Order: sequence, then structure tokens, then C-alpha cells
Amino acid sequence: MKNLFLVAYLDIRESLRSKWFYVYAFVFGGLMGLFFISGITDSVVMGFTGLSRLLLVFMQVTIIILPIFILVTTVKSISGDRESNILEYMLSFPISLKEYYWGKFLGRFVTVFFPVVVALFIGVLWGLVKGGELPWAMVGLYSALIFSLCLVFLGIAFFISTLVKSHDVGLGLSFTVWIVLLAFLDVALIGLMMQNRLPDGLIISIAMLNPLEAFRIGAIALFDPELTVIGPVAYYLLDTLGHDFLMLYAVLYPVLLGGLFALFGYYLFKRKDLL
Amino acid sequence: MRVVKVKNAVKRFMGATVLDGVSLEVDAGDRIAMMGPNGAGKTTLVRSILGFYHLDAGSICVEEHDPIRERVKVLASVSFIPQLPPPVKLTVTELLRFVERSTGTPVATVRSRAEEMALDLERHKHKPFFKLSGGMKQKLLIAIALARKSRLLIFDEPTASLDPKAREHFYRLLEAQGHEYAAIYITHRAEELEGLVNRHITMDLGRIVEDVRV
Ligand SMILES: Nc1ncnc2c1ncn2[C@@H]1O[C@H](COP(=O)(O)OP(=O)(O)OP(=O)(O)O)[C@@H](O)[C@H]1O
Ligand SMILES: [Mg+2]
Repeated sequence: MKNLFLVAYLDIRESLRSKWFYVYAFVFGGLMGLFFISGITDSVVMGFTGLSRLLLVFMQVTIIILPIFILVTTVKSISGDRESNILEYMLSFPISLKEYYWGKFLGRFVTVFFPVVVALFIGVLWGLVKGGELPWAMVGLYSALIFSLCLVFLGIAFFISTLVKSHDVGLGLSFTVWIVLLAFLDVALIGLMMQNRLPDGLIISIAMLNPLEAFRIGAIALFDPELTVIGPVAYYLLDTLGHDFLMLYAVLYPVLLGGLFALFGYYLFKRKDLL
Repeated sequence: MRVVKVKNAVKRFMGATVLDGVSLEVDAGDRIAMMGPNGAGKTTLVRSILGFYHLDAGSICVEEHDPIRERVKVLASVSFIPQLPPPVKLTVTELLRFVERSTGTPVATVRSRAEEMALDLERHKHKPFFKLSGGMKQKLLIAIALARKSRLLIFDEPTASLDPKAREHFYRLLEAQGHEYAAIYITHRAEELEGLVNRHITMDLGRIVEDVRV
């Protein structure tokens, strides 16, 4: 266990020295901070809707940026370590594969999630200073949703990095996963609905298997409990699942999926050649 | 005492047989110069001993332990220097900390080995490892490897980027190792290791084609 934290700590130190981290922290943390700050400020003036509209925009940005950022930087760093023989050297020391793999995972998770927490914190502070009414439950749930989103893509990234050895193939696969998940958010789904006469329930279930969809619906449900933004699907979802279950699903499903991918990755890491 | 026992090791990469039934026994006190043309399978063999590869056939034991299933036990007594210094992004201080925590070798010990290699770590402690010069990297890797007092040394071309003086230091350090150890040095210039080794092994096309004591 002590080596697990050591590996995590060193990974965090390394990330803190890398440029991608600052770009990421700046883009993502900055965006989030901005939206929260202006959202909270606005909400004092305009009431609830001011905050909501900004959150909606921010959510769209998150859905697009966060996954690709996590996938690319993680796959790049892990398969990069393997290709440049850093992995060979570090693993020639007596630490178990378990400690190494999960230590890396923990380290990565902290670096990915940290800017988000800081941005949230700044937003909340700003809100307190401005004296606005803070939507605590919303802030908390939104953080939980982002936590799950980080986790699921980290899990997929670790899985990809252990599945394919080559850096380029890994990156290619990351982009493919990202595009497919984005496409199935809307476009592909609609196409599917129109061409094949599949039952609505099935189509919606498939859509809900997409962790991005789970996040999107969870995030929308936060400030639009009737889900009017997403159209008729909303009735189906709310009728069959209910609002609370939907929220629970949006938070827990990605965590489970990410954990599962990370576990598969670990299994491959142990079973296949390390280099 | 038997340190390494390789029995009929076969390793294939994408259909190409890289280790073609290698058998090798290394006893404590054996100092091996391992030679052979590029692509002969030398690096693959030592990586297999370190537990990086799953063999297609055959077996490997290091001090009675399986290098994959019991990697921590095996690696606790093995020092390894790779063929090329890896571009590790940790700073020198962080790397030494990693070594200390994972192997129990005090930072001070590595530091004094480095001094004996004429490498002043104090001046470079905040630099990322990959920003050291080629020779400095090599010296630090040697200092770490020797500070650990391992019972098995596996050095893949350790002297490649050392200047003649550093090479001297390296030999002197090896001679001053105050404990029994076995060593496998992969090299393309056996004459450089003369006096250090007592066994020559030559590999070609994934097989050991010569094994003589000198
Ligand atoms: N991970 C790998 N995947 C595919 N092929 C590999 C891998 N590692 C080594 N090989 C192939 O195995 C063969 C032997 O490689 P190895 O690195 O063991 O040679 P070597 O004897 O160390 O050569 P050199 O003197 O050049 O270092 C080469 O043909 C190499 O291309
Ligand atoms: Mg080699």
C-alpha cells in the first residue's frame, strides 16, 4: 500500500510539471469557475434561470472537452512511458503491479479531478462573497456527476493503454471512442429511431448505456426536473425511472462502468507482457 | 548457490521466435559477459528474467522464485540497468526517493556511490532525470544499481556512454562490492570487461551458441 501512494504521489508531481496539466486546469477549471461565478452572480439578478442557462452551456462544453482530454493525456502518458522504456526501468524495482497500476490510477484521478474541485471552490467562494443564495445541493450533485465522468473516462483510458501497446493506435482508439460516444448522444440515435422501428424503450436503454448520456441527463435533471430540454424521451425516462433514480443512475452508472474498465485494464496488465 | 535457472525458454513476438529454447544457469559468483549480434535476443532474455515477458514455453527461476508471480521477491535482490537510459521525468530527488521507498536503500548510500562515480547529485537534485547528460544518467543508474547491494546485477551495456575515467570508477566500484553477487553484463566489447568477468556467453538467433569460463 505504501508504494501505491508513492506511485500516485510521484505521478501527481510529474503532472504538475507538465504543460498539459496547466492547459487542462486553465481551460477546464477556468471555464467552470467562470460559469459558476457569473452563474451565481446572475442568479441573484435573474433568479434561478440565469444560473441554469450557464450551467447548460458549461455542461455541453464539459461533455465535449473532458472525455477527450482525459483519454488523450492518460493514454499518451501511459503508453508513452512504455514506448520510451520508462516503464521498464520503474518496474525493475520491487513494487507489485497492483501498487503500480492503482497508484497511477489514483494519481491520474487526483490531477484530473483537482482543477474541477478548485474551480467549484472558487465559484462557491465567489458566491458567498457576492452574497448570492448558494444552490448547495446543486453544487454537490454537479460535482458528483463530474466525479463520475472523470472516473469513467479514466477507466476507459487505462483499459485502452493496457489493451494496445502502441502509442498511435492507443490515441486512435481514444478518438474513436470519443467520437462514437458523442455521436450516439444524438445524431446516431435519431437515425436509429427513424430507420429501424425498434421499440422506444430499447433505444432509450441503449442511449442510457452511454456514460455521456447518463451525465447529460443527470446534469439537465439537476436544474430542469421535468427534462423539457430533451423532448419526449423525458416522459419515458421520468415515468419509468423517476427523478431520484435517474440522478442515482447518472452518478453511479459511470462510476461502475469506469471501475469495470479499470479492472479489465488491470487484468490485462497482469496477464500480458509488460513491454 | 543457484541464482538464475532458465529452462528451455521460448519467446515469440508476432510469430518471430526471439528466444529459441534458451537454457542457462547462473550461480553466485558468476560474472557473465553476454555477447552476440544485434537482434540476437539478449535484451529479451534479461527482460524475461526480470519478469517482463510471459514465455511461450519453458521456465525461469530466480532464487527459486517465479519472476512474474513473485516479482516483488525476485526484484528485491536484482539491480537492473537498461540498454538506454530511460527519459524518466521524475527529478533526481524524486527518483532517489522512489528507490529508497521501494527498495529500502537510503538516499545517502546512493549519493555516496554517485560521488565515487564523480557525479555531484547535490547540484542536479532538482533537475528532471531526463535532462541530465547521457553520461550523468548512466552514472546515476549505476550508482543506484550498486547502492542496492543486490545479489544479481543485470546491466545492459552499462559502459556505453561513459568516458574512460568514469569507466575506471565503475570497475573500481564493482571490485569494491563487499558481498557475493552474480552479474550479467550485456556488451559488444568484451575486452572492456576483461578482469571483471569469468564467463563468456554468446547468443545468436535466439540461442546460446557459446558458453565458456575464462
Ligand atoms: N516487444 C517486442 N515486440 C516485438 N518484437 C520484439 C520485441 N522486443 C524485441 N523484439 C525483437 O526481438 C529480436 C531480439 O531483440 P533483442 O532486443 O532481444 O536483441 P538484442 O540481442 O538485445 O540486440 P541489441 O544488441 O541490438 O540490443 C529483435 O528482432 C527485435 O525486433
Ligand atoms: Mg539489446
